[in-house]
Amino acid sequence: MIARILAGERELFHELIRPYERGLYVAAYSIVQHEADAEDIAQEAVIKAYKGLKHFRGDAKFSTWLMAITLNEARSRYRQTKGEQLDSLDDREEAQGDYTPSVLADWRYIPSELLERKELRQALQEAIAQLSPEYREVLIMRDVRGMSISETAAATGANEGLVRVRLFRARLTMQKLLAPQLAPKQRGLMGWLTRKAGGR
Amino acid sequence: MKIDCKHVWAQVSDYIDGSVTPEVREAIERHLAHCRYCSAVMDSTRNILVLLGDERTFEIPVNFGERLHSRLQETMDATEPGE
Repeated sequence: MIARILAGERELFHELIRPYERGLYVAAYSIVQHEADAEDIAQEAVIKAYKGLKHFRGDAKFSTWLMAITLNEARSRYRQTKGEQLDSLDDREEAQGDYTPSVLADWRYIPSELLERKELRQALQEAIAQLSPEYREVLIMRDVRGMSISETAAATGANEGLVRVRLFRARLTMQKLLAPQLAPKQRGLMGWLTRKAGGR
Repeated sequence: MKIDCKHVWAQVSDYIDGSVTPEVREAIERHLAHCRYCSAVMDSTRNILVLLGDERTFEIPVNFGERLHSRLQETMDATEPGE
């Protein structure tokens, strides 16, 4: 399809990006945590991809290339607004920190249907927001977009080892933040939601 | 091979990804069979990742797609791809 677009069937570019546009927004939002900015970043990334299409070499998937453009846009916007540098952690710093899960006596499965409840979606979003941007990126690529470790590495520009380390920490942090809220013995709204789902 | 709880926690992510060796996988599964705490850690982590991967978790702004394609069209009308 890319060859046809470059040969003049430019309208096909709409179809080329359609399967990925939702993911671009989610990836951008995961970094900047701002709806309007995330939408603008997704639009900018798509336009950059269109303008730079002849530079796409095909040694990565188109979706990975498009995601890498989006992440670069989002990081740049993040730096502008927060004045912070992403990817400033080196491997030595990454080795620090205590990553242990929340230890529970039992777990009752939370069915995906409960995502109809705003409270559950909000709890997930708030937990993601507490991760550092580097960890949010890999979690979104791998666990939300379903990209492989190597695709995540290609899109984020980190090596696969670093992706695995960040992913481990992101996942464990999510468990630590969310499991105590969502565990069946928890009182309050989330406890009620999960008890309801479990028929208690 | 025998592993304790801390070793299981350290492998949670790789275990979920299916990227541990068969020997480590077997050791983890033996441990999970008798440790309710590590089972709850593994189950809760996996459950949270399933929820994260569900399309309903992330709401996309209303008419996001329309605005995206409309802005793209403006660029396409003015520019050849790859220019």
